[in-house]
Amino acid sequence: MSEGEKRLRDLLVRGLAGDAAAYHAFLKDLSAHLRAFLKKRLVRLPDEVEDLVQESLLAVHNQRHTYDVNQPLTAWVHAIAKYKLVDLLRRRSGREALTDALDPVNDLFSSADTEAAEARRDLRRLLEQLPERQRLPIVHTKLEGLSVEEAARVTGMSQAAIKVGVHRGLKALAAKIRQE
Amino acid sequence: MKTDDLVTMLAAGVDAVDPNVAAQRYATAIGWGACIAMLLMALLLGVRADLADVVRLPMFWVKIAFVGSLAAASLVAASRLSRPGAQLAWVPAALAAPVLAMWLLAALVLIGADPARHAGLFFGATWNTCPFLVAMLSAPIFAGVFWTMKGLAPTRLRLAGAAAGLLSGAIGALVYSLHCPELEAPFLGFWYLLGMLIPTAAGALLGPRVLRW
Repeated sequence: MSEGEKRLRDLLVRGLAGDAAAYHAFLKDLSAHLRAFLKKRLVRLPDEVEDLVQESLLAVHNQRHTYDVNQPLTAWVHAIAKYKLVDLLRRRSGREALTDALDPVNDLFSSADTEAAEARRDLRRLLEQLPERQRLPIVHTKLEGLSVEEAARVTGMSQAAIKVGVHRGLKALAAKIRQE
Repeated sequence: MKTDDLVTMLAAGVDAVDPNVAAQRYATAIGWGACIAMLLMALLLGVRADLADVVRLPMFWVKIAFVGSLAAASLVAASRLSRPGAQLAWVPAALAAPVLAMWLLAALVLIGADPARHAGLFFGATWNTCPFLVAMLSAPIFAGVFWTMKGLAPTRLRLAGAAAGLLSGAIGALVYSLHCPELEAPFLGFWYLLGMLIPTAAGALLGPRVLRW
């Protein structure tokens, strides 16, 4: 395991235990690796890179409960990024552009790219299309930084409904991206 | 939204994630599915009346071991295929082993038997209902396992769907064996297998459509 992967894995493990600062650092580093990885593979669709970085980050977040701490982090992230890449290419141009099967797994964390381009798809706009019971919990707890308790008070929803709303809302957001 | 803002949004106020959540969901789905299958079997088909005598026969336990080991191996396959990047490793061999063992046993039985009995050993008395009843009993487990898998993250959807189908088929067959009168290896190696392969094929067909995330 490389130093970079070890560090990232450590951040993710702490994030999965509820350490938001470590999780933030993990996602931030990961976005640079994902960007470099996807840029190399979307040479013909450069405008799609940042959108796919965002879609992959959302996928990593929504599916983070499937990471087994005994599993190499590279393999897990690579499989998610590749799944989203293939999904995008299938949506865009049919099957002929699928990535080669020989794609080496190990190069994911060897490169990073922190120069984020503008995303073409605005996630905020998609967020606004979510039903209130999902949108409000996300806006209050994830964008305005309220605690679950405060968000429950502001919205009049129960704390459980706030948590469920965040969880389902982020999944719904990923589904909206797929349908675009 | 900028990517950095997305990162901040996703990380804001995250809760701890239960590391056993996948195992718990599989256990719940299989538990409920198997209970419903048991109920269906008891109400529609009935437990075989001589079950107390049959459990003393070694062949009954060979049958249970056959479907039980397929259930265990397909559970490992399904749980690995619902996790991005997990390797199947020895799982295909573990799936093939009970089938090959049953075929070997069937061959030995047929070789040792009078040719006039071959058709009886192969068709038994219930060949025309067995596969469909196994598939029918697997349906509630199939629904539960698919629902569970959809909440995880399969990346090879056709294969994952097939593994989910085989898992439900094997547990359906396990439930069915409490009703089924057949104990001959040539019968089990073909008709039971066929019964388990019906939900497997259904899973492979549905996987790419249903399991996307």
